[in-house]
Amino acid sequence: MIDFLAAQNAGELEAGLKTVGAGIVYGGAAIGPGVGIGIVVGNAITAMARQPEAAGMVRTTMFLGIAFTEALALFGFVLTFLLKG
Amino acid sequence: MLALEFPPVSHLIEWPDLLGSGPFAVNKVVLLMWLGGVLTFLFFYLGARKATTGLVPKGVQNVAEAVIDFVRNDVILQGIGPDGMRFLPFLVTVFTFVFVCNIFGIIPGIQMPVNARMAIPMFLALVVWVTYNVMGIAKQGVLSYFKNIIVPPGVPIALLPLIGLIEFISTIFVRPFALAVRLFANMLAGHLLLVTFAVLASALFSSTYVGAIFPGGLLIALTGFELLVAVLQAYIFVILTAVFIGGAMHPEH
Repeated sequence: MIDFLAAQNAGELEAGLKTVGAGIVYGGAAIGPGVGIGIVVGNAITAMARQPEAAGMVRTTMFLGIAFTEALALFGFVLTFLLKG
Repeated sequence: MLALEFPPVSHLIEWPDLLGSGPFAVNKVVLLMWLGGVLTFLFFYLGARKATTGLVPKGVQNVAEAVIDFVRNDVILQGIGPDGMRFLPFLVTVFTFVFVCNIFGIIPGIQMPVNARMAIPMFLALVVWVTYNVMGIAKQGVLSYFKNIIVPPGVPIALLPLIGLIEFISTIFVRPFALAVRLFANMLAGHLLLVTFAVLASALFSSTYVGAIFPGGLLIALTGFELLVAVLQAYIFVILTAVFIGGAMHPEH
């Protein structure tokens, strides 16, 4: 068992753990929005296929939905850089 | 061995001061922001000055009219409604300025998206925040405006405290923050993506020559993708602005 606290290069260990944490933050933050954007776009395509004359309205709403969903992933993206410092 | 050294993020977006120092120092990003403002002004100034009286516009006027038409039909009529036409100059200016600032990210020799620094998106988002709050208060009155935010129609009484709190925080605090962060993070991510492939292509070129074909080709393709992102983010910025203003003007929606 490695005694992490007694590690000689504690600074390197901290930097490494920060990088791992930043990676986990972005990975975790991307899961939900990934599923969400898939649902939004998939349903928008279904709507456009069923009613092509409403495509313009659906497209606007789809971009809005994407923008709101995507914001969560972008918060995670920014947080990654804040954590890495 | 590959000389693959990815520069730290601060080296990619922080530029040395050219004029002055402290918070009002002028660096490359500030110069580009000014250039963006001047280009936006010149674009519409030239478009209006050379306006032809005939039926068929040409030159700059043609492009300017296409931009105005796009904002009018696809942003204002979809987001606010016919009574939002007085926001046409504001939204057209914001759209063009954000687009010009984004497009600096892929122009060879400049390659720095101005919106990849938080200050510019944050300021734009604050302008939008003031605009829609002032519009809501002017259209509905102070009490009615905040009542319509906190009490959305069709919510059960038992859920009202929770929903009201969430709606209030979301409308007043999260909206401008998310608006700014969306633009900022998209441009920063695009910039980092281009830098990643440029560094990879450069390292592979100096070691193997032919190995640079794949990342170099991808770099060119991603530059095209960034053009799409620049247009899309400017569009999303103005359509969200329009939706916020429309929501403040027509509370029943």
